[in-house]
This record gives sequence, structure tokens and C-alpha cells, in this order.
Amino acid sequence: MIDRRTGLALMAGVVAAGLVATAAPAQENVQFIPSLVYRTGPYGPNGEPFANGVADYYNLINERDGGINGIKIVFEECDTQYNNDKGVECYERLKNKGPTGAAVFSPLSTGITYALIERATADKIPIFSMGYGRSDAAYGKVFPYIFNPPANYWSQATSIIKYVAEQEGGLDKLKGKEIALVYHDSAYGKEPIPTLQKLEQMYGFKLSLHPVAHPGLEQKATWLKIGRRVRPDWVLMWGWGVMNSTAIKEAAAVGFPMERFIGNWWSGSENDVKPAGDAAVGYKSANFHGAGANWPVHQDIFKYVYDKGLGAGQRERVGEVLYNRGVTNAMIVVEAIRTAQKIHGVRPLTGAEVRDGFEALNITEERLKELGMEGFMLPLKLSCADHEGGGPVYIQQWDGQKWNKVSDWYYPMRDVVWPMIEESALKYAKEKGITPRDCPQG
Amino acid sequence: MIYRETGQFKTSYAADQAILRLREDRIGLLVILAIAYVVMPLVASEYWLSTIMLPFLIYALAALGLNILTGYAGQISLGTGGFMATGAFAAYKLATAFPGLDFVVVLVLAGLITAFVGILFGLPSLRIKGFYLAVATLAAQFFLLWLYNKIPWFTNYSASGVISAPTRTAFGIPVTGFEASVTTKYLFVLVVVTLLSLAAKNMTRLEVGRSWMAIRDMDIAAEIIGIRPLTAKLSAFAVSSFYCGIAGALWAFSYTGAVEALAFDIGVSFRVLFMIIIGGLGTILGNYLGAAFIVLLPIFLNNALLGLGMQEAVAMASHLEAMIMGALIVFFLIVEPHGLARLWQILKEKLRKWPFPY
Repeated sequence: MIDRRTGLALMAGVVAAGLVATAAPAQENVQFIPSLVYRTGPYGPNGEPFANGVADYYNLINERDGGINGIKIVFEECDTQYNNDKGVECYERLKNKGPTGAAVFSPLSTGITYALIERATADKIPIFSMGYGRSDAAYGKVFPYIFNPPANYWSQATSIIKYVAEQEGGLDKLKGKEIALVYHDSAYGKEPIPTLQKLEQMYGFKLSLHPVAHPGLEQKATWLKIGRRVRPDWVLMWGWGVMNSTAIKEAAAVGFPMERFIGNWWSGSENDVKPAGDAAVGYKSANFHGAGANWPVHQDIFKYVYDKGLGAGQRERVGEVLYNRGVTNAMIVVEAIRTAQKIHGVRPLTGAEVRDGFEALNITEERLKELGMEGFMLPLKLSCADHEGGGPVYIQQWDGQKWNKVSDWYYPMRDVVWPMIEESALKYAKEKGITPRDCPQG
Repeated sequence: MIYRETGQFKTSYAADQAILRLREDRIGLLVILAIAYVVMPLVASEYWLSTIMLPFLIYALAALGLNILTGYAGQISLGTGGFMATGAFAAYKLATAFPGLDFVVVLVLAGLITAFVGILFGLPSLRIKGFYLAVATLAAQFFLLWLYNKIPWFTNYSASGVISAPTRTAFGIPVTGFEASVTTKYLFVLVVVTLLSLAAKNMTRLEVGRSWMAIRDMDIAAEIIGIRPLTAKLSAFAVSSFYCGIAGALWAFSYTGAVEALAFDIGVSFRVLFMIIIGGLGTILGNYLGAAFIVLLPIFLNNALLGLGMQEAVAMASHLEAMIMGALIVFFLIVEPHGLARLWQILKEKLRKWPFPY
């Protein structure tokens, strides 16, 4: 039995520990990389494999190579629970840790990205929102610290439409076709709408919009409308979490063919299709990196991380789509820091220095081969003006057991997307009173 | 011995009607204000000011607004999030449409717009009471968020529906946006919260506040003694929404800097309601205690658990944090159903008799 005094002492201890917890262990020659993750909360099941992929890759770099050119990576996770306020709290908690402060933040949530854009810009810490976040942040002249390679939502929408057009027999065949967009009714889900509307005007297909309220467990009415009234030729989905598997089940219930149902890259993981069971066979989604554990980098992860008992998750879940996305995220971060070390010297770097690394980032075919990721993703090159890279996506299809690549890589329609990015970014700059900076390459 | 009225004579009506009649209370408040205004900006790190103090103050303000409605006037509301969103979007529209407008004016106008919306959604309270009213205000919550999410005009046609607060000045000093320093933002919010708290405290001691409490305690009796339910209830809705609107505007402009309508979802309404229930219904102090409990404690717990060597298990720390938090809420509700403010009240009464209780 704990008496009152012990209880009070315990409480005081907890509070005191809370106060001193901000003091990190002093290590000098290391690079600190914060890791905003969500292993709990409504999207925890999706956040977990991603976080494990990130952790395993950093551990791999430390164990196999002894760090980035000898500079060990120290990383610390902070659980955001996919909550914007917690995300901001985590950011503030971690931004000054380590000998040089945070190298780069990957907020892992479109909402948190939006909340951090100004803070990070003021603190001179790059934000790397890989394939999510604010699409027009690709315009580096207005957003000097925000990066969203390999492709943002707008680019992805054009790539998916390219795939649809190819299935129909060409872009001119899109005329008169019905395309429905089922989207999470939030900042994230709304991102592709302007692009799709633009393409609607250009190619003459008919777009219908179907918002789904968070968390997306109730979609009967939406799918009845799609299945009975709208009867689209294709359905695209910008969903997340439990919304995805619910949509697949409801689509199957109204008899919509899975082959014509394409999710974006956040609607195409094992977590989305497995709960839907056989209904999900044939479902397609976009992706910008490989699925499965068949690349040399995975063998290294098994050898240097899991065999040493350092694995963050379960060995058999290595290679899941979201795990691989975590690996991709960590890989690009490490390569950016490596590039920054070429510019500023091999030592722990500050956020501003890592930013230069991102802007000079050039992951070539050869480099991917060295990394054991040949064919895992395609080369990526960023610049001062282009913070996105316009990377390609491919379409994968679920066969009930695993994801299979069923298409070529599709590069986005840059000629459509880039003017929109420019217009939107300049509007933001005007609203905020930012003068776009000059970039040497134009 | 040290904390009692004995020996403190009041020689004027003003002294007799002061908010804090005890000298010790006045000194205590001054110390707290000195800490908030002088010590915090000097000592506290940016992390403390921007992620602990700012949300704490803004949540306390929202709780204050809800407490006026629920704690003082007895009208249960689940629309706090919707009203905060109204304030945020109204401030955004005003600030972007009139770039030269002083931010204080923007805040007041946003508050007034929210007050008007609050009156509209308060109309059902004239007919329905209790849980039924809670459901009616729930409609406000969902309708308002749907509106801001649906109509692109509110977000100035932003593709994602996110509004991003521009830099605006108050009396020539930038207080929002990236040009304002964290300390300025903190001090600005602190001034707003101090002034509004003082106003609320005084309102509850005026005729209007007494009419709210009369309605709360027994509406029929109040009507019989000559209090008009229409003005009493609607004024409570108006004042409450005014406070919530300003809290929402501060949330968008001073704290996060970028919000979408979903940031003010039903969860926010519940959080604020929990704050006033845990803090103490019908008290001003309770809002601060409740906000501290709901906003600060989870951050402390999380830091503490990580500090105690749980860096490797952030998921476990998050789960533990939620469990401890839940247990503490239940514990406090059992030990003191009238809220944390009541504990302070009891402590004060005990202090008066200390060290010779009879």
C-alpha cells in the first residue's frame, strides 16, 4: 500500500523527471536527426511500419558504415499520434537537440507539415515531406526550407491520369469518361482537386468529387451513389488509414470492378487491403518505390540490424509498402546529409547546411545501385528552384498476397503542374509578404 | 494565522467590493502576474513559451468562454470548436481583406462576429434544455466546420482548405506570423487573456452575471423574480462565443500559424468541456487549472516517461501517458467532483484556521 507521502514523492519525482528530460546525453561528433512518428493514435497501424523502416535504415548506416562518412546518426522518436498540436510540440522539443540541432524534420502528416512550414523556415531547419504536405512548396524560391520529393500530390494526380489514359488508349480517349475522386475530407484529401479539375478541362473527362468525413468508417451512401448513380469508368482515391479498407469493401459491395479503382500512394499498403480480404484482389494503387524485401538493401538490413537484434519491428514485416517508404525517407535524408557534407565538410551539420545538401541532391542510377536500391526507385535530382524533382510513379496491384508492379513508371505532366505550383506559391508569397529569392540556375 | 481577514479593515465601499479582499490574495496574484509577465519571458525557453504556455493560455481562454455559458448560465454546449473555428476564419478573412487593420481590431471584430453566430445557435436554448441543448449545439459544431471546409471563400480559395496566418501588427509591433518573436506572441496572448479574465470576473459579479446564475440555478424562479430568460441566455451565448472566437483566432494566428477547419473538430469541444468540468464549473480560476491539467500534464507525463529511459519505446510511453491521464481524471472526479478550483477553496478555508483548527 502506498501511503500519501510516498505518493506525493512519486508525483514530485515524475514532474522533476519531466523537467530534466530535455537534457540530452552529450555526444559531440554525431548528427542528430529527429523522427516524428505515430505509433499510437488513429493511424498508428500505418505509422508503425514507416517508423520501423526509418529506424532500421539509420541503424543500418550506423552499423554497416559507422555513420554517414563516419559521423554517427543519433535519432530520437517523438510520437505525434497524427495530431497537429502534438506534432508542433514534438518539433519544438527536438529542434535544438544534438550538437548542431535537428538536421531535418519529416513530419509524416500533411497537417503537421502545414503547421511547421513557417516555424521551420524561421528556425532554418529543412522540412522533408516525402510525397505529402503542401504541394506548391515544390517552388523553392518561395519555400526555401520545404522539400517534397519525389513528387507531390498534384504531380501524382497527373501521373495516375496518364496511366488511366493509357488503359483507355490515349489521352484523347479520356473525352466523355467519368472519373470519380473519393477523398479524405481534409487538407490532405483536397490537394489533388485543382489539378484534376484542370485536367478535366484539358481532356474532357468528367470528374465527380466524393468527400469522406474523417475517419471514413461510414461510406455506404458514398458508394451507393458511385455504384448506382454516377457509375464512373474509374475511381481514384485519396484516402488514409481505415478509410481505405472500408472503401475497398464498400466498392466490392456495390460491385465496382477493382481493376478500375486506383488509390494514391497513401492508399496502397498491406494495411489497406488485408482487412478487406478477397474483396481487395485486383485493387490498384500508385507507388514511387518498390514493394517487398527483394533488394540488396533489405538483405543488409537483415544482416546488420535484425541479426544483431537491433530491428525496430518484426523481421517478417520488413518489405511492406509503408516500411519501404520509411526506408526511402531515411535514405533520401542520409543522401542529402552526405551531399551537404561534400559542400560544408564532414562534421555534424546544422539544419541550414543540410538544406544546401537537399538542394544539391542528385541520386543517380549508379548511386541507387551502390545503395542496393536499383529499380527500387528512379533517380532523383533537386535544385534551388525545384524542391520536388518531378519523380515518376508506377501502378501496383494487389493479388491477395502481395503487391505487384503492373505498369511502367509514369512521369508527371510537369507542363501542367509547374505553372499551377508557381501561381499558388506566388499567391502565398504575396499573402505573406515574402519576396521570392533568386536561384542561380533560374 | 497569516491568511485571514483579521486586522484588515475596509474603510470604503470600493475596498469592500474588491475582487480580492484579502491582502495575501492580492500579493499572491501580483506574484503570479509578475512571474507570467516578467520571469517567464526572461527565463523560459522557446519550447516552453511556444508549445506549453501559448496553448495553455489559449485553451484557458476558450475554457473561460465555455465556463461562462455552461458554468455560470447552465447551458451545456458542445459547439466550442465550431465557435473557435468561426473566430479563426473570421480573423483570417478580416486580416487578409484589410491588411492595414490593427490586429487588436481584427481580434475584437472576429470576436463580435463569433458572438453573433453564437446568438444564432443560442436561439434553440430558449426552448430546449439540458442534454437536448447539448445536441443542438453539437449541430453548430458540425455545421460550422462543414461550412468552412466546404465554401472555398472562407479560405481565400486555398486548394487544401488550410488558412495560413499572415504577419499582422498590434500598435505597430508585429504579433503574428513568422516576423513576430515567440516572446512577443506570448506577451500579446497573455495581455489578451489577462484583460478578458478580468472582464469575465467582473461580469460574473454584475447584474448580467447574477442573472446567468439565477437562470442556471432555477430558470422558472429566475423568471418569476423578473429576469428575462431571453436576454440572460442569449447574452451568455454572445459573451461565451466572443471569448471562444478570440481563443480560436489566437490559436490560428499566435499559436499554430496555419490551421484547417478540422483543427477545431469535436475533440476540441470535448477537451474544453473536460477542462471546465475538471477545473471547476462556475469559477474563473478553474479554467486555468483545468487547462493546465488537460494541456500541460500529458506533455509532462510524456517527457517524464521518456526521461525515465523510455526513449526506445515511444509507443509504450504514449500508451502509458493516456492510461495515467485517464486514471488521474477519474481520480480527481471521485476525490473532488466540484473540480480543482474547489480544492483550492477548501485549502483556503483550512488555511484560515491554521494552525489552530477548531
